[in-house]
Amino acid sequence: MPDTMNVKLKIKRFDPTQSGGKTWWQEYEVDIHPDSTVLDSLIEVREHEDGTLAMRCACRASICGSCGMKVNGNAKLVCKTRVVDVAPNGEQLTIEPMGNQHVVKDLVISLDTFFAQINRVEPYLQPSFVPEQGEYTATNESMENLLISMNCIMCGCCVSDCTVLEVDSNFIGPAALAKAWRFTEDPRDSKRDERLKALNDEDGGMWDCTRCMKCVDVCPKGVAPMDRIMELREAAIEAGNTNTHGYHHTESFYNSVKKNGRLDETRLAIDSAGMFNIPRMLDLVPIGLAAMRKGKLPPLMPHKAEDHKKVKELYERVEGESK
Amino acid sequence: MKYAFYPGCVARGGAPELYDSALAVMERLGIEHVELTKAACTGAGVLQEKNLKMGDILNVRTFAMAEQMDLPIMVLCSTCQGVMSQANHRVKRDPEYLAEINKHLATEGLEYKGTTSVKHLLWALIEDIGLDKLKETFTRELTGMNMAPFYGCYMVRPTDALEFKEIPSRETSLEDLIEAVGGTVTEKFTGKTACCGFPILFINQANSMKMVANHTGSAQDLGADAMVTPCPLCHLNLDGYQPKARKQVRGDKAELPVIHVPQLIGLAMGMSEKALGLQKHIVSTKELVRKAEALPTQV
Repeated sequence: MPDTMNVKLKIKRFDPTQSGGKTWWQEYEVDIHPDSTVLDSLIEVREHEDGTLAMRCACRASICGSCGMKVNGNAKLVCKTRVVDVAPNGEQLTIEPMGNQHVVKDLVISLDTFFAQINRVEPYLQPSFVPEQGEYTATNESMENLLISMNCIMCGCCVSDCTVLEVDSNFIGPAALAKAWRFTEDPRDSKRDERLKALNDEDGGMWDCTRCMKCVDVCPKGVAPMDRIMELREAAIEAGNTNTHGYHHTESFYNSVKKNGRLDETRLAIDSAGMFNIPRMLDLVPIGLAAMRKGKLPPLMPHKAEDHKKVKELYERVEGESK
Repeated sequence: MKYAFYPGCVARGGAPELYDSALAVMERLGIEHVELTKAACTGAGVLQEKNLKMGDILNVRTFAMAEQMDLPIMVLCSTCQGVMSQANHRVKRDPEYLAEINKHLATEGLEYKGTTSVKHLLWALIEDIGLDKLKETFTRELTGMNMAPFYGCYMVRPTDALEFKEIPSRETSLEDLIEAVGGTVTEKFTGKTACCGFPILFINQANSMKMVANHTGSAQDLGADAMVTPCPLCHLNLDGYQPKARKQVRGDKAELPVIHVPQLIGLAMGMSEKALGLQKHIVSTKELVRKAEALPTQV
């Protein structure tokens, strides 16, 4: 194995001191040890090629969460990303600051957006009593489950690549929702119902997630924020929050497959919008008409799977078992 | 090759042109199929929000039906692919869970042993047929046609269930197909693995419309003649809602045709607009068809 390896980098630069801020791409080439990480190569650039390159890093061991940035379009902790894994054949690497957050300079983003989202979910324990002495304790078993969310190192990778935040800065975001889940599931917290109701009712709350799995994909710590959001939805429904389009959508889908073995798209649209929500109903009409003009349905009668009765029986058995 | 064919709800409902064009292409390639008419919906990840196990049972039931025929499953939908891959991944790793599910299937005389593979038409063409073999069936090269790939979330994430590590070609399957038909992949288009907005269409339509307008608008700005997708749910949103989204968000007109994978292949095979159902799209495909038909034909 050779002692060094050549890395080509194309870095997105931003200088806020120039009038209105100036953005440009700059290319670098450095020689590094073949085992190096992307972070090692960026440090090499800053130390030996260009001292003006701004970046944030600290632990170099994927614990501190400082070095999140986009590598070839996806958010990563660059200290955890080896060059050989992302550029096995010496391809040029594209490095950009994380998305959906304000860029301060070059690869450094402001953490204000991230923490404003986290603060929205009241990220602290709210017990109903003060123990007479000592700490608030919980059994190991009841806390083990929470570790998955507590592994979050607040690097912001999930926020960076969230496809909803890209179009709606009011969305509470994957990191904050995963944090909220950590408290709704904590046996010592007394605000579970209030938390679930708030996140259910709020604009930008749990139902605005598209389930695109980007956050699951980019999280370097296995928090899988989207899976936590799905658990929040389930918990919110169980706690009696049935006032959302999201709830009606899920129910309608579940029941359509139960009844027909397949999805009844027309029914799904009507149920999700709400049968008596006249403006939203009218909103569906032009789309339906346009489809019909082009010789497409929407089918007024649902198409059924051949054995749909067997599917219904299966549903009833499984539902009976869980009761 | 022969497959247990699972077209999915949308190809049998809101996007009939996908079903027709897939069958036309499969016939031209000599791909045999038995349609799984008794199989249920995959749940599309939505049903799973309410009851994950119910979703897994329905999918394992479908896997067992294909296993009985000793055939791999072919799907036409990124969402079907993803949801089935995830279910398959879960039960293959957990024999106890699979045994529990099999108990529910026993009344129908079904049992899943864990041997069924699920492949989208796009993957099947690349992995089982091969792009070189596919190219032999083409009668024209779609030279100069600029195509923006749009995968659909479930076809690209999560990578472990989709076996990207084991089969690396899956990561670039759509770009590889665009190049195989002689087309050009839209340069600098960043939306290919993004969300189309369909899952929140009825929940937060404003956000959904922004996604549609951003993806179709940016692809068009970058010179795309069309967008190609293996996902009919993406298609419903990117095609069906494009006029509304473009007007509402960008104040411009919907001009980017969004075509299904078999329609792209069909164009290279020299099939007609009608045979591929291209006249059924909401956003007109006329200019695209005209451009393809103006290209030289080789026999």
